[in-house]
Amino acid sequence: MIIVGEKINTSRKSIEEAVEKRDAAFIARVAREQAEAGAHYIDVNAGTFVGQEIDYLCWLVETVQSEVGLPLSLDSPNPRALSEAMKRHKGEPMINSISLEEDRFQSLFPIITSQPCHVVALCMAQTSMPTTVEERVQVGSELIHKLTGGGIPLEKIYVDPLVQPISVDTGMGIATLGAINRIMNDFPGVNTICGLSNISFGLPERRIINRNFLALCIAYGLSAVILDPADKQLMTTLVTVEMLLGRDEYCGNFIDAYQNGRLA
Amino acid sequence: MRDFKVLNDAVIKGDIKTALLEAQSALDAGANAQDILHDGLIAAMDEVGERFSKGQMFVPQMLRSAKTMQECTKLLEPFFQEGDVIYKGKVLIGTVKGDLHDIGKNLVSMMMEGAGFKITDLGVDVSPEKFAEKAQEMQPDIVGMSALLSTTMTAMPRTIEALEKAGIRDKVKVMIGGAPVTEKYAQEIGADSYASDAGSAVGKAKKLLGVD
Repeated sequence: MIIVGEKINTSRKSIEEAVEKRDAAFIARVAREQAEAGAHYIDVNAGTFVGQEIDYLCWLVETVQSEVGLPLSLDSPNPRALSEAMKRHKGEPMINSISLEEDRFQSLFPIITSQPCHVVALCMAQTSMPTTVEERVQVGSELIHKLTGGGIPLEKIYVDPLVQPISVDTGMGIATLGAINRIMNDFPGVNTICGLSNISFGLPERRIINRNFLALCIAYGLSAVILDPADKQLMTTLVTVEMLLGRDEYCGNFIDAYQNGRLA
Repeated sequence: MRDFKVLNDAVIKGDIKTALLEAQSALDAGANAQDILHDGLIAAMDEVGERFSKGQMFVPQMLRSAKTMQECTKLLEPFFQEGDVIYKGKVLIGTVKGDLHDIGKNLVSMMMEGAGFKITDLGVDVSPEKFAEKAQEMQPDIVGMSALLSTTMTAMPRTIEALEKAGIRDKVKVMIGGAPVTEKYAQEIGADSYASDAGSAVGKAKKLLGVD
């Protein structure tokens, strides 16, 4: 399971303040904490700074990469911000994200095909958000065809089936799970990724819902996830479920987590 | 005056069967359809909105209450006389240009409708021009805009400009909301009000129009 650490996002108040004050030590600490908790990528998002997003995103790239030797997930729908951030990024970043929305696709496609990178393909069509499994698979397939056509290997594509709140439509959980399953079966080698918290919008005890949803997503084939790796309970679910699905040789990761006091 | 407590409770609980029975028995007993609507249904939905804002009720419960109200309203419809249904105000609502997220906007529409506003929903990805054109055509009291993304909320000031250009900015109140939107942002762009959730949107709208 590929883990993308979600915490460096300016929609979180402490991060927004740190970014505004250019508090590099604070950002470095949050990056380090996620890296030590098992993140493979560190997500950076400066989306709340309208007009200054590019500067702040670039600063985040430099600040985080000077602290941890990990690639980053460059999180923005803004092609210019992504393009500038990519120039400063060392190694292969994950671009989060492209979608089928026409302007977004047209402006981002030349950028992501110009240098090696991993890319999150969000199942968002031009005119509407998908609701059914079928719609998600259709948008996801089209994105996969376009991206591979541009020379991006299947293994570097992460289809995000788009998680929508279960509180509004009780079919939304199964719609995402079904889409993960279909995409993983139809395109062997491709990755699927999602964030978890949308599922629990509008309900109490959201963390309980998120972590059970994670277990189901993994069971349906999810291969990457955006989460807070410092959340011990969430990571316990992840490592336990992976073991139960036969993806943890000699139960090594689970036992290791236990012996290092990481289970909760 | 007739006591609508049982009907109120049924709407709050989202118990469609009991609510329909209660509404029917009120009609049978000669109650006025308008009173049933106002004191039986709208009053209950006001309570739902308040509890939701306080975190005492959750989205699925709110949907269930709204559904219950809709079913009861259908039952009442044949009994309304011309001019019976007086709206608290007309609201034109939509998700702004470039943004396809509709869940928040739909919840707000639903609660406003439940509170007795007349809603015209323009859907998602609504351009500033479309907002202005429809506002001219429909003469709403309130124009409501929703955005989920920090990148799309910048369409809000552009929409306000379009309303100004069309010469109708001073004839409508502008309300905004959505995850990245804040009270401060509303002030910066010259909106009249900001609501953080579907429950409080109703209260803010009433306050804007001076109705209750």
